[in-house]
Amino acid sequence: MKAKVLITLKPGVHDPQGAAIANALDHLGFSGVNSVGQGKYIELDLAEMPKDKAEEQVKQMCEKLLANTVIERYEVELVA
Amino acid sequence: MKSAVIRFPGSNCERDSYTVLEKQGMNPEYVWHGDGALPEDIDLVVVPGGFSYGDYLRVGAMAAHSPIMGDVKRFAERGGHVLGICNGFQILCEAKMLPGTLRQNNHLKFNCETRPVKVETNATAFTEDYVSGDVLQLPIAHHEGCYYADADTLADLQANGQILFRYSDVEGDSSRHDSNPNGSAAHIAGIINAQGNVLGLMPHPERASEALLGSADGLGVFTSLKARLV
Repeated sequence: MKAKVLITLKPGVHDPQGAAIANALDHLGFSGVNSVGQGKYIELDLAEMPKDKAEEQVKQMCEKLLANTVIERYEVELVA
Repeated sequence: MKSAVIRFPGSNCERDSYTVLEKQGMNPEYVWHGDGALPEDIDLVVVPGGFSYGDYLRVGAMAAHSPIMGDVKRFAERGGHVLGICNGFQILCEAKMLPGTLRQNNHLKFNCETRPVKVETNATAFTEDYVSGDVLQLPIAHHEGCYYADADTLADLQANGQILFRYSDVEGDSSRHDSNPNGSAAHIAGIINAQGNVLGLMPHPERASEALLGSADGLGVFTSLKARLV
């Protein structure tokens, strides 16, 4: 089973990297980009286990290490 | 008194800290991050600067879960004094020993320069040898020095007198945008925990601890601790 973890900044937390990317896109001539948000993607290859247990475990991993919940939020998707 | 300097893979300021502590008669010893416990009879733990674990995942995130950090937390809970400098500050935030977090500088560049830093209060074990309002010249060297905490946390820090150091101009004015080198909330350069025994700061007092280094303005952090912990 795989867990796909998407980590992004919480709404309202300033994103200077996103702003720099938006600026670079503008310089490259891509118009119509209102704003850019960026984050982190982590893929975990998990041993076989019940889905609810896997969900709970990955959530704990996010809370404890993978995300900094002061500024970040996370989404977990499990793929068989 | 005795002190400990924690060494992580990627620490690079541990020797600077050790040297100041030694010169001040604070009897330092190095402690490896993989150790399970601090030495006995330690009065002060320094978490030094550097790039622990190569800054993998997030600055300080891996080091915060090192085996030694469990005992550093217990030491702080018993009232032991902990000083985190630069990466050490980032580690203490990731370990939840201090509120908030350090983010990439708002201009996305590494900052390496000497900056005026104002002592907000001398009513702590870390700043007793200063006068409130003193403006120090301290080196900063970081890419993730932008202090962030939510509005409630910032209000608490302010109300409880937990903001110890602020970036300012040479007159001690912290109101202007151009005296903030990294976008830190409220110009914060260093904070203590609510109990007053854990300090994290981004500037390097150990690199400004004798005239030969260009400034001895940071020495007061160590002499204050020594006077308190003897």
